[in-house]
Amino acid sequence: MNLALKDIGHNLGRFLLTCLGLSLLLGIVLAMIGIYRGLIQESLGLVRAADVQVWVVEGGTRGPFAEASRVPGDMREAIAAQWGVAAAGAVAYQNVEAQHRGATKRLLVVGAQIAKPGEAPSVTAGRAILRSRYEAIADASAGLALGERITLGRDSFTVVGLTRDLVASGGDPVVFITLRDAQKLQFDLAPAAARREAARATAAAGSTDTVNAILVRLLPGVDPQRFVREIARWKHLSAYTQAEQETILSRSVIERARRQIGLFTSLLLVVSTVIIGLIIYTMTIDKKKSIATLKLIGAPDRRIIGLIVQQALAMGLISFAAGAALINATHGLFPRRLVLEPADAVTLFGIVLVVCLIASGLGVRTALKIDPASALAG
Amino acid sequence: MDAPVVELRNVSKHFGEGPTRVDALRDVSLDVHPGTVVGLRGPSGSGKSTLLNVIGCILEPNAGTMRLNGELVYDGRWLRPDLRGLRLEKIGFIFQSHNLLPFLNAWENVAIARTLAGATLARAKARALELLNYLGVEHRKDAMPGQLSGGEAQRIAIARALANDPRIVLADEPTAALDSQRAGAVMDLLRKVATERRTAVIVVTHDEKIFDRFDHIHLLRDGALEAMQAQAA
Ligand SMILES: Nc1ncnc2c1ncn2[C@@H]1O[C@H](COP(=O)(O)OP(=O)(O)OP(=O)(O)O)[C@@H](O)[C@H]1O
Ligand SMILES: [Mg+2]
Repeated sequence: MNLALKDIGHNLGRFLLTCLGLSLLLGIVLAMIGIYRGLIQESLGLVRAADVQVWVVEGGTRGPFAEASRVPGDMREAIAAQWGVAAAGAVAYQNVEAQHRGATKRLLVVGAQIAKPGEAPSVTAGRAILRSRYEAIADASAGLALGERITLGRDSFTVVGLTRDLVASGGDPVVFITLRDAQKLQFDLAPAAARREAARATAAAGSTDTVNAILVRLLPGVDPQRFVREIARWKHLSAYTQAEQETILSRSVIERARRQIGLFTSLLLVVSTVIIGLIIYTMTIDKKKSIATLKLIGAPDRRIIGLIVQQALAMGLISFAAGAALINATHGLFPRRLVLEPADAVTLFGIVLVVCLIASGLGVRTALKIDPASALAG
Repeated sequence: MDAPVVELRNVSKHFGEGPTRVDALRDVSLDVHPGTVVGLRGPSGSGKSTLLNVIGCILEPNAGTMRLNGELVYDGRWLRPDLRGLRLEKIGFIFQSHNLLPFLNAWENVAIARTLAGATLARAKARALELLNYLGVEHRKDAMPGQLSGGEAQRIAIARALANDPRIVLADEPTAALDSQRAGAVMDLLRKVATERRTAVIVVTHDEKIFDRFDHIHLLRDGALEAMQAQAA
């Protein structure tokens, strides 16, 4: 005869209501972990999609994902000419707000050279960019259809291809255009003063050809580390291997998100602990007389501890299962990508069980202090 | 006559110290024999419940000796580490307010005592149904305590007290909440238990209606036992 289950059955409504509340909390925890995983996947997605070994950026900077990085465009030819280089492509990144079908869309516009590293990876629909002007490839999350036109800056672009799961670390969809279009866009969108400045510089140096990074694909067997050391000797340039670039990205972008999400997750778990603890405590107080009676009849302490701990565990188990089911059923409706990894769920489940044990402590303490003689009074 | 199942010698119990000290039991000596129904009466605060709790090993006395079922259990200190085990096997409690577990139905309330003593659920259930039948409440076996009348609940509580075939049944004002007809019925049951099962039954009561149902009535006054009155049973 399981006393814990019998007692739960006796107060089923209250128990299930508590579980419902807890399941929402635990669901939020799961969702936040999922958002964090999604964030990592998303923000690394763009960097990984380039499929290169080395990133060449402005000297003394950590690259375009961490800070402003400006590299003269003609460096691409110099780097492409280096020994060991299979291909090199210059890229420009720019956050753009575009008006589309009456709504404002935030996009990350990537300017890349045709058939060079950095251009859009394989499209899920449509084709690659073939013409040097006014064609775009958009991520499906931008909500653009093939053949549709979108105005970026002063120019109108035709969507010729679609990609999937390519977004900036902030969640903004990525749109690819040619480097040339991107440089024009950069110029168009710059504040008037900066534009005049740039125009003067152009008149002096004859070029507005600035890019944010040069992506280098090496020949098989060439050591990226060694190539990076070579480039580091160049003036005004720094270089990172793909792995280093990913680490920089996760440090600068993801680290803060990790801390925020970690903080909220811990807070929610503390709140869950307190809720479970209080509910188990009140359930124990409500059962004071029953517990005294059990002790009086001769029930050993372990039966009474078992009663309380099992109820706490049941509460955690049901709430977790309900929360996980809820998130699984609704994760398509979230505004951010949710990546639910079984390992995370298992870890959280373990934490929830520990939380239940901690939370039942107060109830157990109270129950053990109940005097069996109190069952006799009135 | 059989050897007594309850033997108290010069048992004293006080609460508190100094000016707030209350001597709840003074030098109480008492024998209760198997198969007898014994009453404890006395004014409020005279120590009746205290005496019952001492016999039930719920309260530790301060002096004296106590034997239960021939075993010396108290001699200036408890001699058994496992008092709850002793209660489970040897002593059944009946309370004024029944104290049925509200989350178990009638037969489960009886069976729980048996399972705590190590019986399987099937055996415990069989035993519980047998007792409910014995006490005439088998038809209420699936009812929850909240659905039972006072008399029915009291009989379920008696069944629970008897679940492990205790040598001693202790009842603190078991009839206080019942009308005189039901009070009489409960006393008949306790009498039946005493005679058929050779159990010693000790009942605390204020209830004059049932004074004639006891083999002996012990009168407590200020924690001391006064002369024993024999009653015609
Ligand atoms: N836990 C306790 N702490 C302090 N004093 C107590 C305690 N329990 C009982 N007493 C005191 O001991 C005395 C005997 O109490 P007891 O409960 O045995 O009386 P009783 O005869 O059962 O009374 P009633 O008929 O009112 O139930 C009383 O003066 C009471 O105040
Ligand atoms: Mg009393």
